[in-house]
Amino acid sequence: MMTVDKKRRLNLFFFSILLVLFLLVIFYQKGWGGILEKIFPGREQLIYPRATISQLVIEHMKIVGLSSLLSTVTALLIGIFVTRKMGRSFLPLANNLSAVGQTFPPVAVLALSVPFLGLGFEPAVFALFIYGILPILRNTINGLQDISDDIIMAADAMGMTPLQKLFRVEIPIASPLIIAGIRVSVIINVGTATVGATIGAGGLGSPITAGLISNNPAYLLQGAIPAALLAFVLDLFFNLFER
Amino acid sequence: MIEFKEISKQYNHNTAVDDVSFKIPSHQFCVLIGPSGCGKTTTLRTVNKLVIPSGGKVLIDDRDIDDFPLTELRRKIGYVIQTIGLFPHMTVEKNISVVPRLLKWSREKIRRRVSEMLELVGLNPDQYSKKSASELSGGEAQRVGVARALAGDPPILLMDEPFGAVDPINREVLQESFMRIQRELKKTIVFVTHDMDEALKMADIVAVMQQGRLIQFDTPLNILSQPKNAFVKSFFGNDRVLKRLAMMNALDYIIDKESGSALRYTVEKEETFSLKDALTRLLEEQTETIRVKDVRSGKTGLITLEMIKQFAVDDDSG
Repeated sequence: MMTVDKKRRLNLFFFSILLVLFLLVIFYQKGWGGILEKIFPGREQLIYPRATISQLVIEHMKIVGLSSLLSTVTALLIGIFVTRKMGRSFLPLANNLSAVGQTFPPVAVLALSVPFLGLGFEPAVFALFIYGILPILRNTINGLQDISDDIIMAADAMGMTPLQKLFRVEIPIASPLIIAGIRVSVIINVGTATVGATIGAGGLGSPITAGLISNNPAYLLQGAIPAALLAFVLDLFFNLFER
Repeated sequence: MIEFKEISKQYNHNTAVDDVSFKIPSHQFCVLIGPSGCGKTTTLRTVNKLVIPSGGKVLIDDRDIDDFPLTELRRKIGYVIQTIGLFPHMTVEKNISVVPRLLKWSREKIRRRVSEMLELVGLNPDQYSKKSASELSGGEAQRVGVARALAGDPPILLMDEPFGAVDPINREVLQESFMRIQRELKKTIVFVTHDMDEALKMADIVAVMQQGRLIQFDTPLNILSQPKNAFVKSFFGNDRVLKRLAMMNALDYIIDKESGSALRYTVEKEETFSLKDALTRLLEEQTETIRVKDVRSGKTGLITLEMIKQFAVDDDSG
């Protein structure tokens, strides 16, 4: 009991520190100027001109948030469906897809969506949504299937309807694994979304791409650092919910 | 009353249960016993439709169980299994209140019921209700399992080797406390076990099964004294005679006769003194008669070695 409590407090501590750091990075635009001047003396274009960092972060979070939300809902629905009696025949298919899908680099999914959906915000969200389904689906299926038979039998024998069994027993027991899947999916999305800028999705990928094209490392840092911090903050945030 | 009517169950081409029929009167404790694979668990599960028989019917109080909606049927039947199956994400209190909540009892009634059930199975409610299921020992978990099964006040209780995974000492404690509970609640119980001592100790009536068939359905005493065939005889062991004597209360058999017997025994209030105990005393003291006195009724009488021999002889005439 002590150790669980201690771990929780430690997590909360790290989370708060990173959150403060992250907010500083986003909103303290003046600080960026000063620091970048010291790192890259003599360079004229230091601050990415087309948007403030906070605007970029918000754009980025929109892409990640929307795609992750869609992934989560879709993966949960598929995962629940294929573990029910009526969907059982689709279970091997879902298992295979989620296993094969994981071997695909996320960037490839992004690249593949362009020919079909063109450029911009929507195709990026769509590609991330498709890729984000996989870890959540796999964990949902595993979580629901790992529940031991005697617990399922007990729930049946007590006279629960299938829906009651699902919501009162199966999902709560599988939830740590499901949350872990959502966490992996979201973190991957934060990173992959930066590549979304190459197809015109906006977000923190924009200064990175601009920096690469104009050979300007100062721009690059303005995308990379907030993106990395965002991933850390979200990771620790999910940590707080896991037992 | 639970009636099994020509129940059979086939899995692929294997017959698990083969044309089994018997009736369990209400408020009786019926033990299904037999070697593993004899179909006792399958038979048990036809009552709450975890198993749908290939042929035959189960009737509860003369009504076909197929007439009841499935969930309604199951909420009226408590179910306890060896692996318990407590819900690991819930506290003890939540586990016990599952069926009352399904039955839509009021919150206050549920709260009272949980305490009552914990008291009944010998766990302190203040200490246990907020514990998580994973913090319990095997014996405690099984008590909670029984409390959970009884929480909805079902008239019928199905128990599948409930004490099988508990160590021998705790098993005996659980058996004793469960028998006390049954004396109080008088449920109709179907209890599966392969432990014949457990069966003889707890049952009002025993169903012996072998290879899917019902071999004998009788009281423990009759099964010991009149085993139907060689299988039943061997299943209950070579010490059937002693087991039977152990089930016979000496006070029921004492004869009112004078004798100069030196050996005396006084049966205290909470004690039972069986013919086997009497025999043991006689052998220990190398004598032929014992005078038994019952503290409760003040009744006294004789048990002789000759009488005990006669009870033992009955045995093989059947």
